[in-house]
Amino acid sequence: MDAAAAALVGMGLAAAGFAGAGVGIGYIFGKMIEAVARQPEAEGRVGKYMWIGFALVEAIALYGLVIAFIIMGLRK
Amino acid sequence: MEESPLHPFELHNYIPIQLFGLDISINKAVIMMWVVVGLTAFLLVKAGASRRMVPTKLQSLAELLVGFIRDIILDTMGKDGMRFFPFIATLFVFILFCNILGLIPGTFTVTSQIVVTAAFALFVYSMSIVLGFVLHGVKFLGILVPPGTPGWLLPLMMPIELVSQLARPLSLSVRLFANMTAGHTILGVLFGLTITGGLLIGWLPFAFTVAMNVLEVGIAIIQAYIFTILTCVYLGDAFHLHGAEGHAH
Repeated sequence: MDAAAAALVGMGLAAAGFAGAGVGIGYIFGKMIEAVARQPEAEGRVGKYMWIGFALVEAIALYGLVIAFIIMGLRK
Repeated sequence: MEESPLHPFELHNYIPIQLFGLDISINKAVIMMWVVVGLTAFLLVKAGASRRMVPTKLQSLAELLVGFIRDIILDTMGKDGMRFFPFIATLFVFILFCNILGLIPGTFTVTSQIVVTAAFALFVYSMSIVLGFVLHGVKFLGILVPPGTPGWLLPLMMPIELVSQLARPLSLSVRLFANMTAGHTILGVLFGLTITGGLLIGWLPFAFTVAMNVLEVGIAIIQAYIFTILTCVYLGDAFHLHGAEGHAH
């Protein structure tokens, strides 16, 4: 495999990290719905932490994107 | 080679200026920062100019903003944190306006440059370190030891905590930068699909850009909020060593 093809495969593999973030975001929203269903009056407080958690998990997926960008910058 | 999807983020100097070997050229990002600073200053000064008992629309918006930021600080840092209010508020409003104004087509998102976010994050982080050492002296090194750690675990825990500390400015800067860059790249790719798709199927990605734009407005607000709240948490860690507030990494 030549270097250019390997770089493309590497970029694809870096983007595969999104799968983990998908699981994480699904988990966060699922748990949020569960929590609100159990205790509807806590929605405000739980919601705040949910959005923080959502953004943190989403950022982890984007680290993979950054690595893909780095590989794209390295290849000639 | 095909056109890079990152080319909207490249900066070209309009007016090249060199000062003592430093490049302080005027480019799109600099102009955009001036616009953001000017707009926020104009709006907030106008909102505060004629304070009334029954607030005008602009004044109630500004009051909402101030209350929101005050709640963030009180939740994470407690009453002591209120002396950082001007700094935190400036940071939040600047990042928020950079993120949101960048969504208007034709403008430039300043926070999609890692040099901007890294400068913010490094400043915040070094401020928390300096503050910690000023307030607690050598005892501030205890931040490397989580409370309740048994003695034999210390050689293992301290390197881990050190890495987690040093990762803070990195993750803080990359989080904001990557979110902004990724959002705009996705929008760019979708618009590219709209053009190549033609009339028959091109409306599909175009309709999707509308949904993505809604998400991007949300992301712009959330990321400004996250950056602010993590700043508060890091400063709060420096304030109260192992305080009651939880660790949010």
